Amino acid sequence: MATADGATPYISVRDLTMAYGSHVLMRDMTFSVNQGDVFVIMGASGSGKSTLLRHLIGLNQPAHGSVYYRAENFTSADPSQRERILRNVGILFQGGALWSAMTLSENVGLLLEEYTDLTPAQIRQVAALKLALVGLRGFEDYYPSEISGGMQKRAGLARAMALDPDILFFDEPSAGLDPISARRLDELILQLRDSLGITAVVVSHDLASIFAIGTNSVYLDVSSQAITASGPPAELLARTEDSILRSFLTRGGNP
Amino acid sequence: MIQVAIDRAENDVLLIRLAGQWELRHGLASTDAVESELNQKRRPSRIAFDTRELGRWDTSILVFLAAVVDACRERGVVLDSTGLPAGLHNLLGLAEAVREPAGARKELRESGFLERIGDHSLGLIAAVEETLSFIGNMSVACVQFVRMRARYRASDLFLLIQRCGVEALPIVTLISFLVGVILAFISAVQLRQFGAQLYVADLVGVAMTREMGALMSAILMAGRTGAAFAAELGTMKVTQELDAFTTAGFSIVEYLVLPRVLALVLMMPLLCLYADFVGVLGGAVIGVGMLDLSWTTYVQETARAVRLGDTAGGLFKSAVYGGLIATAGCWRGLQSGSSASDVGRSATSAVVTSMIVVVAACGVFAFLFYELGL
Repeated sequence: MATADGATPYISVRDLTMAYGSHVLMRDMTFSVNQGDVFVIMGASGSGKSTLLRHLIGLNQPAHGSVYYRAENFTSADPSQRERILRNVGILFQGGALWSAMTLSENVGLLLEEYTDLTPAQIRQVAALKLALVGLRGFEDYYPSEISGGMQKRAGLARAMALDPDILFFDEPSAGLDPISARRLDELILQLRDSLGITAVVVSHDLASIFAIGTNSVYLDVSSQAITASGPPAELLARTEDSILRSFLTRGGNP
Repeated sequence: MIQVAIDRAENDVLLIRLAGQWELRHGLASTDAVESELNQKRRPSRIAFDTRELGRWDTSILVFLAAVVDACRERGVVLDSTGLPAGLHNLLGLAEAVREPAGARKELRESGFLERIGDHSLGLIAAVEETLSFIGNMSVACVQFVRMRARYRASDLFLLIQRCGVEALPIVTLISFLVGVILAFISAVQLRQFGAQLYVADLVGVAMTREMGALMSAILMAGRTGAAFAAELGTMKVTQELDAFTTAGFSIVEYLVLPRVLALVLMMPLLCLYADFVGVLGGAVIGVGMLDLSWTTYVQETARAVRLGDTAGGLFKSAVYGGLIATAGCWRGLQSGSSASDVGRSATSAVVTSMIVVVAACGVFAFLFYELGL
């Protein structure tokens, strides 16, 4: 696993415009995610945070502009190139998105089965370790419907980490979790970053989490359909003059 | 490549040297050597690590270390992880941080023969109870409907009528035309030997109106609409939409099942009549094209052979089939479990159940009509 080496842009987004049909969500977004960052995409509900995440991982096609992974243009890449780039990417979907017909061990193991030469016993061993990392030791043979929402989310993270990705995407990691579980997940993200040098891109509107883990961020503003601020969240709070952003970062207080 | 070396320089300490590139694509390292060392009579009391020559590493080294940790814990050997890189040390701590909750692990065991019979019987009793309770609910809903007190949205009903009526016409056309053609063709080949080819019209007309129209449209609708009802209600169960209806004070059976049953009961006779007509048309195409009958002759012969009673009986049967199919579909949907494959399974069993009840009903009707001399 690579070591964090300061400021190599891992992902660069250039002039990205997102639209559903003729309805434009956000226009001309330009920003970059550095290696080792915990990069937070902030914004009010409906601002297109999750849609931006879908653009970054190729589930949606931009109306204009492109996404680069290191020097490679991801947007115009052909399917085999995309697959190669995405091999280094892990994604935790909002509800965990575990495959309901498989046990947790099988959920994690499927990727290993497909992309490594490990034997079934070894795959089980690796899957058990990944589940232990997210605090699910002993739950290998459970089906997703048999465990709680928080556990499903953690199992989703174990699956996202199955192939030791360089970068992890989190869609609303704290949504649907109690404060303590949410905080444990935050700590887990930081620990993974520190020990494995993973880069994290987090879509969130949970302020506690944003300030706790974010090393850099962008704010998507609904009314101007653009990024109105970027930088470390704590710094943004300290220096922003923008009343909308200030109100967002202080839960509507301190106008 | 992965390199593990064991060094027992001091008698008390087992030093594990980890070197090389540890990557999952190179496979996993075995802990056998370490364990055999730990199993010796004079086992070491401490394990330490030397990772000065360790290159890139990923999960594979973590799997190895976690196995060593477990082996140490079992035997009460102290593990000194200070020799590991900081990141690895932290991750190992993370993996070991959460103890396995007592009783969390599932016991996988074979159940005995008697136990399985017992389980099966209990399941059967529960299924019968469920069925009865559903039929009860259905009856209550029907009574409410007759008293004009049932609560459902009329717009839903019209949408359903459109979905299982008009939108089913293309496939009904295709299949019943084909059935008409096949009936006519087979009977033409046989009847021509006796010079009785005119009676192809009788045969196709009577077969379509009495049985085939109703049966073919029932089988089509079981696959097309019964499965759709099951999948729809099953998904609503998975996404808790059914719970939302229940807590809002709606009866699921009245609000969701009744309009579906109603829609299909209303539409099936129309589809059946249409299927009868298209089937006769298919027969006529063979009659005119292959047997050199004129259109007029064929139509007159059909009109002479088909009695109103035959057609009415077929339409009545198709209404009953419609009710059975919609009920079976909805019921299977409501029984669905909470995963994606459960929804698929409930759609499958909806079709199977529909077919079984339709065939059973078909037999009952044949007996009744015969006894009643219809």
